[in-house]
Amino acid sequence: MTMFELEFMQRALIAGLLTGLSAPAIGTYLVQRRLSLMGDGIGHIAITGVALGLLTGTAPVLTAVLVAIAGATAIELVRARGKASGDVALALLFYGGIAGGVLLIGLAGQGAATLNTYLFGSLTTVSPSDLYVVVGLAVAVLVVAIGLGPQLFAVCQDEEFARVTGLRVQLLNLLIAVMAAVTVTVAMRTVGLLLVSALMVVPVATAQQFTRSFRSTFMTACALGVTACVAGIVTSYHANVAPGATIVVLALAGFVVAAIAGTLLRRRRGVLAPLQDEEPEIGVPAPVPHVVSTAHQHAHDPKCGHPAVEHGDHVDYVHDGHLHAAHGDHWDEH
Amino acid sequence: MTPSQPAEPAVQVTDLSVDLGGRLVLRGVDLQIRPGEVVAVLGTNGSGKSTLVRTIVGLLPAARGDVKVFGTPVRRFRQWNRIGYVPQRITAAGGVPATVAEVVSSGLLSKRRLFRPLKAAERAAIDEALEIVDMAAQRKDAVAELSGGQQQRVLIARALVSDPELLILDEPTAGVDLASQSIFAGAIRERVARGTTVVMVSHDLGPMDALIDRSVILRRGRVVYDGPPHASQTHAHVHPHGSMQDEPGWLS
Repeated sequence: MTMFELEFMQRALIAGLLTGLSAPAIGTYLVQRRLSLMGDGIGHIAITGVALGLLTGTAPVLTAVLVAIAGATAIELVRARGKASGDVALALLFYGGIAGGVLLIGLAGQGAATLNTYLFGSLTTVSPSDLYVVVGLAVAVLVVAIGLGPQLFAVCQDEEFARVTGLRVQLLNLLIAVMAAVTVTVAMRTVGLLLVSALMVVPVATAQQFTRSFRSTFMTACALGVTACVAGIVTSYHANVAPGATIVVLALAGFVVAAIAGTLLRRRRGVLAPLQDEEPEIGVPAPVPHVVSTAHQHAHDPKCGHPAVEHGDHVDYVHDGHLHAAHGDHWDEH
Repeated sequence: MTPSQPAEPAVQVTDLSVDLGGRLVLRGVDLQIRPGEVVAVLGTNGSGKSTLVRTIVGLLPAARGDVKVFGTPVRRFRQWNRIGYVPQRITAAGGVPATVAEVVSSGLLSKRRLFRPLKAAERAAIDEALEIVDMAAQRKDAVAELSGGQQQRVLIARALVSDPELLILDEPTAGVDLASQSIFAGAIRERVARGTTVVMVSHDLGPMDALIDRSVILRRGRVVYDGPPHASQTHAHVHPHGSMQDEPGWLS
């Protein structure tokens, strides 16, 4: 295995492993809150951060994390104030981020090639100092995502209830936004800024095909994320393609397979176990027993002489002041 | 009604007005709820009853007047484990699957410290709360797959799990089948017997009406009746038309 003897590949793999773990970990909370596209918005903002780093000659990872955190905080505050809805806030920052980034990169005199390594990931560009930052940030994200799991779950599941439980909802929401921003920066080198959101959302969607609990969804998504990242990095090394695209295509392929398998499984389970009749029927009036006309020898027909009366879906015959209706082999009083 | 009540009121609302987006939804509401009382807040849609309980638990700010919970202004209130809240919800499900037990465990967060796993006693409390609403067999099921009535029962269990002194329910019976309604009428009855204070918002009490010992009727953001449950209103909803003031006994 010559591939893993290369130092830059070792670094890429460590970065990939951590990305694969932390992106779905925070992604599970974003999906729970129905903010799947938040990672995308932050990724776009981080482009401005990278460009700022290149322009000023500081480490792009550092400036990207700072700008991404600022952007994520802005998204969260706009959302919480309720002035613009969450998706409008995201859209505003999407475009601002990407336009600002391209503008600043141009000012820095860097071409599209430099930008591409950040947009779609690049294995060779993970420097040793980058790696330390990436490891530190990813570990912090994982500690918060797992350690504060119950609190974050409650906030994402039912914000109002969480507030009445005494949780500091705004702080926890902000924490999720900041963690998402940090994850985006961690994933910048492996998946790239434009595709990082896919790694936050796709493994969660895949895991959901088979899971019932939040906990198992969380863990399955992380396992899937790691698998997709490592497999994607190895493939992109051999095929010499952008790692980000490879990772995301693999993750999506996994989703398609899981969605088909999940549908078949559920259909089969549904056939085997029909819905239980678990709700006792209370307050449903019993059907009124019908009154059979006793000893009715006469058979009515349109020509029998008794006046025919339309009655809903059938015809009644007026017979001695009451109505008769055909029912099987006898006549009912209507 | 009795001015010399020794215990401090569970809820004390004084001259409360609430403004939602420039519209006065509550106007000068006064309400005092003593420990152990079971109060129904009744009224039509838009009468401000949900707004009233949401302000009591601190989800909405007061434009004027103040709200005290257990003697503390709600803005500074921190003993949230004394309150069990059931928000008005159509579903208990989020974007990711979650089991019944997971949702109910959120109700324990007012007591849990950060970075600590669930204790055995807390697990037992979850099972007990699910037992009360007759959902113990479904504890590992995904909430999204349950019926509306069962999901509402899960939300009740989430409020009961911390063993609160004050239970606030916002439309707990809306869209819930009769079987579920009678199950949690039983759950509430059991809490009431233990001295829990209950505030319930509803426009149709259903099987709960036997539990109520006081009803407060809101109309256009004002309290129009506050007193013992009235025969004509306990079983029925309040109708939007017809002036209540004209009826004898409506205004105390």
